[in-house]
Amino acid sequence: MVTTDTTRVTNGSNGTAADPGYAERKNRGRLQEIAAGKWFPPVVDHQLEREEPVLTVNNFCLWYGNAQALFDVSMKVPKSKVTALIGPSGCGKSTLLRSVNRLNDLVDSVRISGEMNLYEDSIYAKGVDVIELRKRMGMVAQKPNPFPMSIYENVIYPLRIDGVRDRRILDEVCETSLRGAALWDEAKDRLHQSALGLSGGQQQRLCVARAIASEPEMLLMDEPCSALDPIATGKIEDLIDQLRGEYTILIVTHNMQQAARVSDYTAFMYLGQLVEYGATASLFKKPQLKETEDYISGRFG
Amino acid sequence: MASLGQPMVWLAGGMLALCSVMIIALILLVVVRGMATFWPGAITSYHTVNGQVITGEVTRSSTYEPRPELIDTLPQDAQERARQLLAANDGLAERVLVRTGNYELDNSHFTWVSNYTIERMEKPEWFVVMERLTWGRFYGVPTAFYVDGELVADTPADVWREFERHHGDIRKRWQQRRILESKDIGKINHQQERARLELRGAEIAAQQARIDYGVRSEQFNQAQRTLEQQQQRFAQGEAEFERRYADIREEIVALNQENDRYQIRLMTVNGQEKSMGMAEVVRAYPANQLSLLGRMGVYLDRWQEFLLGDPREANSEGGVFPAIFGTVVMTLIMVVFVVPFGVLAALYLREYAKAGPLVSVIRIAVNNLAGVPSIVYGVFGLGFFCYLVGGSIDQLFFSEKLPNPTFGTGGILWASLTLALLTLPVVIVATEEALAAVPGSMREGSYASGASKWQTIQRIVLPRAMPGIMTGMILAMARGAGEVAPLMLVGAVKLAPELPIDSIAPFVHLERSFMHLGFHIYDLGFQSQNSEAAIPMVFTTTLLLILIITLLNVGAIWLRNRLRRKFVVSAV
Repeated sequence: MVTTDTTRVTNGSNGTAADPGYAERKNRGRLQEIAAGKWFPPVVDHQLEREEPVLTVNNFCLWYGNAQALFDVSMKVPKSKVTALIGPSGCGKSTLLRSVNRLNDLVDSVRISGEMNLYEDSIYAKGVDVIELRKRMGMVAQKPNPFPMSIYENVIYPLRIDGVRDRRILDEVCETSLRGAALWDEAKDRLHQSALGLSGGQQQRLCVARAIASEPEMLLMDEPCSALDPIATGKIEDLIDQLRGEYTILIVTHNMQQAARVSDYTAFMYLGQLVEYGATASLFKKPQLKETEDYISGRFG
Repeated sequence: MASLGQPMVWLAGGMLALCSVMIIALILLVVVRGMATFWPGAITSYHTVNGQVITGEVTRSSTYEPRPELIDTLPQDAQERARQLLAANDGLAERVLVRTGNYELDNSHFTWVSNYTIERMEKPEWFVVMERLTWGRFYGVPTAFYVDGELVADTPADVWREFERHHGDIRKRWQQRRILESKDIGKINHQQERARLELRGAEIAAQQARIDYGVRSEQFNQAQRTLEQQQQRFAQGEAEFERRYADIREEIVALNQENDRYQIRLMTVNGQEKSMGMAEVVRAYPANQLSLLGRMGVYLDRWQEFLLGDPREANSEGGVFPAIFGTVVMTLIMVVFVVPFGVLAALYLREYAKAGPLVSVIRIAVNNLAGVPSIVYGVFGLGFFCYLVGGSIDQLFFSEKLPNPTFGTGGILWASLTLALLTLPVVIVATEEALAAVPGSMREGSYASGASKWQTIQRIVLPRAMPGIMTGMILAMARGAGEVAPLMLVGAVKLAPELPIDSIAPFVHLERSFMHLGFHIYDLGFQSQNSEAAIPMVFTTTLLLILIITLLNVGAIWLRNRLRRKFVVSAV
């Protein structure tokens, strides 16, 4: 991918405006330059400024050891909307997502700079209680990760670790969460059986139920459908659709169609930089940058 | 090219087959010989050319090359025949080992009989095998039965009938006597000992008060008064104990007198006569008259005694119940110590410690611990647990018993702790592997739900790793239950009349020394006076030890599989 770019750009430098491929090659040059280490400010849709942000990211950089994975990322995630992060593999979208609830802290070699705020509260300030912070967000992982316990216990896990013992509250939360995750009808008769006996798609919806059990301010989804078959994927997408408006959702996806289907806003990332960020409808129909169009139309990446 | 791997398949398969054959051979040897020990054989009389008659059970046979001088000792006419026999067999002779018993009469339990010395052999009808409490077995023909000194039967058949009629009751009375002696008198002894210790404690307190506060101090007077009270109470108690003791003695004497009324008289093959009390006889049977069912009865009866009875005859006869009990209790105590200890250590190593050179060094050290000879653990256990820790406990809590040690010597607690130390690396390594196998996604899911590290470990990691931890426990149990060398130093003894758990308060006596099957095997095989009789018992005891370890393991594996079904099965 990058190698072909290089040859084209070398050719393009000699080209003229009359050359039909010139504009394309010129724009490709921007991604090429990102690869070479140059930083460009992201192109952000004005529409976003009218939204109330839940999460604000300011000049966020992240290193795994000596390798930098995120370069001065700044973006606002709007409230009660679904925001999708797209981009080729290794562009840092999962890293960015995992930075939001500080799961990257578990990796010893990670360093960061810049800041993130959940509403007014800094995520990375000194003395932040990470556990309290994580309780304000729910997360759904790439592969379904139900715990080795019953369905019931899985759903109310966030409450259990908070020490909630009132049976009435637990039952109620379990039901509302499972209903919210569109799993209640399938699971209500086997609440006390092991969650590991569910199918993959059911397990993933169980994880969604667990993520919304503590009524988080934000839902983080890291490619929630990548391990699922098309039918299960469809169910999860329907579920995201239902949760829209109620929860602020930040979703990482590999699948452009999925981003187009489920999200209100889409951010395109490339090699650790945010390239373009805007309303999904306009971004997919008429992106401001040529390279975004190339990526979403499948001509690149 | 594809066929290049073929020799490796054969090599690998061959190695496995070799392993299996060796293991199966070993187990087969133990099972066959262990099972055969208690089978009652027939009695054979060998009439030799020297005019001797050797009567008893044939235990084994062998082929050997007799020295020519041996032949010269035979009578003239027999020499020629013996030489011919030997010449026909390339100078080799067959011989059988006959268990002749009657040790108090002829000073041997066994005699070799060579085939060239045998003139004729027969199966005498009325030879009876008597297993006795002392002196080993007796082989003889019953000739007379006396009740209260009066002859009531004088033919073998009649005597045998009388014997069978009375023997059961007599043994019951004997059992009763033993219970009186061990349980009831034992209880009095314990109470007496406790009273003595209380008195001694008061004495020590008084002495201490004199040293600390002086003779004229109030404290000393106080202590002195307590001491006097204790002395009075002790004297009263002593009288009470005396009385109860006399009562029990009386009961025992009555039982003995009743038993002494019956006497049986037997004649050995050499015509010597021997009278014996019936209580002495554990079991008797006319070997050559037994049907297969009768033999089966004797066989099962011996197994029952073996499994449930106390040892006798310097452990070479009787049961091994105290050893079974000691082995199981010690192994369980060991598990109780080693599993929490090892799991916590592994948790720190795997979950909390930052990977680095120090952790690597510790991990290597733990693995190396598994290679330290077990006797070294025994020495450490003796020095650290028995003398240092146990000695300190004695100083603090059992000072009135000194200089007799309570915890300051070998005991089942120290043995369990020593073995816990020995098996610790097994548990740590297995636990670490189990923890490492817990998927990272599960931990992340827990952290993302807002769980702290400990909550994640406690609710997600540990349950998921539990089957692996159980595997470590099973390995540790198998290792610990079969270990002998360190136990010799820290509490396993040849004979421990009192079990570590009994009916005398406080019921669990972890300071007591105990019997252990592994040590029992060593003791039987190498320390026994009557080694020919003990060797079959070695196999039987080994069989039993293997069975017990298998049983413990099967229990643990069952538990593990249950946990595995609960925690690990996944649809994805």
